[in-house]
Amino acid sequence: MSWSVIQASLPAFGAAFWLTLELAALGIAGALGIGAGVSLVQYFRVPGLHQVASVYVDVARNTPLLVQLFFIYYGLPGLGLKLSAPVSGVLGLIFLGGSYMAEAFTGGYNAIPKSQLESGAALGLSPRQLARFIVLPQGLTAAVPGLAANVIFLVKETSIFTVIAIPELTNTALDLIGLYYRSNESLLMLVVAYAIILVPLSWGLTQLERKVRHVTIGA
Amino acid sequence: MTEPLLIVNHLAKAYGQTPVLEDINFTVNKGEVVALLGRSGSGKSTLIRTLNGLEPFQGGTLTFAGQAIDPTPATWLALRRRIGMVFQSYDLFPNLTVLANLMLAPVQVAHQPKAQAETAARTLLTRFGLAEFADRYPSALSGGQKQRIAIARALLMKPALMLFDEVTASLDPEMVHGVLALMTDLARADMTMIVVTHEMGFARKVADRILFLDDGRITADMPAEAFFTAPPTESARNFLASMTDR
Ligand SMILES: Nc1ncnc2c1ncn2[C@@H]1O[C@H](COP(=O)(O)OP(=O)(O)OP(=O)(O)O)[C@@H](O)[C@H]1O
Ligand SMILES: [Mg+2]
Repeated sequence: MSWSVIQASLPAFGAAFWLTLELAALGIAGALGIGAGVSLVQYFRVPGLHQVASVYVDVARNTPLLVQLFFIYYGLPGLGLKLSAPVSGVLGLIFLGGSYMAEAFTGGYNAIPKSQLESGAALGLSPRQLARFIVLPQGLTAAVPGLAANVIFLVKETSIFTVIAIPELTNTALDLIGLYYRSNESLLMLVVAYAIILVPLSWGLTQLERKVRHVTIGA
Repeated sequence: MTEPLLIVNHLAKAYGQTPVLEDINFTVNKGEVVALLGRSGSGKSTLIRTLNGLEPFQGGTLTFAGQAIDPTPATWLALRRRIGMVFQSYDLFPNLTVLANLMLAPVQVAHQPKAQAETAARTLLTRFGLAEFADRYPSALSGGQKQRIAIARALLMKPALMLFDEVTASLDPEMVHGVLALMTDLARADMTMIVVTHEMGFARKVADRILFLDDGRITADMPAEAFFTAPPTESARNFLASMTDR
């Protein structure tokens, strides 16, 4: 282990760390937005749109991010749309993550016992009111564990960005290995960097799950 | 003077190809308390759920407050404001406080001003001895408390008819009394009620009439006292014997 190699690599790793965080945050935010929208389209069976949503979810979930990135970065220019690597990366993450988030939201809505809807209906609530006051609030709560798992998953998926040469953490580590011919130091820094992001993140998400749990138990 | 509130005529219902209710006929008059009895699987829940549209039915007619019910979603939506129902599993909304549970339908469905709905809710909670729980979430309540709040939630819509489906069946024995006492008070206050119950003491003391459901058919419709002193069929006799054995 060479301390001087670590020191020399720090600036590059620092930049990669912030870039990874930024791209992951944008991708996750976008995925949550797309996922929420798609799940609502499916829940309300919006005419015309919900079939499109189902096809999207199937395609996005059943193709690797690697392939999606190649398509966006190398394929779209052929169709006249040329995007930078970071933009392609974020779009890929949103495309993939949106489908996972949609499934997590849908799982949450479906977790609501039928008897909740019946007791609401028995009070005279309309289907729209049931959705607004019962399905959405309870479903979002029930979806939190699934959404949280997807957040962690998507942060880790940013390592695939290396294939389109985005200088995020994994790409930077591989570069530095090539530069110094020393892999231990770079791999150690890579592990530490991901841990700095993921350990507090998953701790925070667990706290969030705890906090909302009372809503889903013991009606 | 007896004024019919609900008339059930030749009602028939099947789940798929399996008939569960056949040729059901009865009338519930205003202010009457009717206990619907029968062994497990006889169709009590199915029958009571057809009366507020939670289960569709295939044959016969329902008449409520002099109006034939055209069983469309829109009709049921409107009618459920006047027919309250309480279930075995309470089904308070866990995402809302007790007060919010109570105010939801009055505000959203009956369009009462919030202040008015809140006053009504707090007044009823106080009457039921539950005022201290107004700001709690349902998960922090006992089964008996939840069930009394579920009854209050239905009553705040000022229904003309209340349906109860085994509302004490999930409760610990020491909680049952409080809920039955509340229902007894309601009955005394002339609420029209159809009550599915396994509490024979309650049925005998509080119900005006017994409907006995036997394998999807009503085989007895008579004053409660007569049913308990002289059960009219072998099946009703056996049923009562099995209930008192417990
Ligand atoms: N959703 C359903 N689909 C198919 N069959 C059903 C359904 N619900 C009930 N049944 C059947 O219909 C019959 C009547 O059921 P129901 O729940 O009305 O009986 P019950 O008198 O309320 O019984 P219990 O005292 O156990 O609550 C039973 O044979 C039951 O298995
Ligand atoms: Mg039942």
